Amino acid sequence: MENGMNLTLKVWRQANAESAGQMTEYKLGNVSPDMSFLEMMDVLNDQLIRKGEDPVAFDHDCREGICGMCSMFINGEAHGPNRGVTTCQLHMRSFKDGDTIYIEPWRSAGFPVIKDLMVDRAAFDRIQQAGGFISVNTSGRTMDANAIPVPKADADKAFDAATCIGCGACVATCPNGSAMLFVGAKVSQFALLPQGQPERKERVLNMVKQMDEEGFGNCSNIGACEVQCPKTISIENIARMNREYLSATLKPEN
Amino acid sequence: MAKGIFQSSLTKKYVMAATGLFLISFLVVHAAINAMIFFNDGGKTFNSWGHFMGTNLIVRTMEIGLFAGLILHIVDGLVLFFQNRKARPVKYAYEKPNASSQWYSRSMAILGTLILLFLVIHLKDFWLKTRITELTGNKHIYIDGEWVENLFAEMQLVFSNLWVVIIYVLGCFSLFWHLLHGFRSAFQSMGWNYSKYASLIANTGDAFSVVISALFASMPIAMYLNLVH
Repeated sequence: MENGMNLTLKVWRQANAESAGQMTEYKLGNVSPDMSFLEMMDVLNDQLIRKGEDPVAFDHDCREGICGMCSMFINGEAHGPNRGVTTCQLHMRSFKDGDTIYIEPWRSAGFPVIKDLMVDRAAFDRIQQAGGFISVNTSGRTMDANAIPVPKADADKAFDAATCIGCGACVATCPNGSAMLFVGAKVSQFALLPQGQPERKERVLNMVKQMDEEGFGNCSNIGACEVQCPKTISIENIARMNREYLSATLKPEN
Repeated sequence: MAKGIFQSSLTKKYVMAATGLFLISFLVVHAAINAMIFFNDGGKTFNSWGHFMGTNLIVRTMEIGLFAGLILHIVDGLVLFFQNRKARPVKYAYEKPNASSQWYSRSMAILGTLILLFLVIHLKDFWLKTRITELTGNKHIYIDGEWVENLFAEMQLVFSNLWVVIIYVLGCFSLFWHLLHGFRSAFQSMGWNYSKYASLIANTGDAFSVVISALFASMPIAMYLNLVH
């Protein structure tokens, strides 16, 4: 392990939500190409702790690409340079010896920084609570979901939308700071299924209303979100949300 | 509820898309009538159509709708621009936007502003002189017994200046990139994005952007080079 990479890291350091932050430079030597990006951050933090400094705060949980907690803006791209993966699935073999790596938190009015690279994504929870659910009676005789026929094509599209892990990469990468890929996916996954029909109209109206209140920007169909989405969710879902909202607005009652 | 819907981010998208498509439909009419200069009949067909567009009551009424649509498109665009800037109060230190999107898709506001600047010059050159004031220098002719403004002669005069031709061609470039994003974007905003039609919409939009911009640009160039008579 003596021939690892030498890296220059420029990391956003911010003590808390109120204080001003700044980019801080760290040198990190002997980085194995087999490390994940988060393991590299662990090594940096280990060094900082040994020196008696404050480690870099960053979000992470499952480290297997399915939870949506990790959230770094690496070298100008959400979740780094690779497509269809979260930061925890990015490995240091994607970088070269001598590289300078910029590491920043998601930047959005809807995602205030808590500390360093951690942002508060509770805005997404509030959007979900506004309508991203179906009401099912779970006491007693529940109906087997598989008893309701669903066309395969619809099931596939709903599943593709439902793979959204709510990480916020779409907001982070959107030049407008818009959250419409997230909301479009959450609206679509239910709009396509029979279980989603009873609350279909109020769902889209309420979720869009909450999205706007959280301070996210307006979508202008730039398309960066679908490129950087770790789950490669298509902007077709935004178009579906646009249709759903238009029909719910023009015909609010059945 | 009703108020909320008018302030919604999605309503702003629909307004942008609907006015955009309306303005696109105007471009088709404008380009088709202007292309009549290429008949090489001394502007006879073109001038009689120009006279019709300038005097017909229905067309003149639609002209008010056209200005209203244009103003709505501009105001909505400005609202979106400033709201979107506010949505990211702290900028990134390092950005790599070209990795995931096209520059013209991100530059609709600046391209729109360039088109607006061009429009001011363009309206002053032709619309103002025919609809509000009068053409100067004896530019009237008889066509089929009617006393008609010779807009063709005015075009020849305006486009004899190389700088004007350059400004018009640059205006066409701004229009090209604005349309390249705007055409397909309008369909996406209205929710008309089905995988079955996606490539049709994209290809039609690309072809439309090229053809309409090239057609408009060819007019001042052809006039300057004396290719139309």
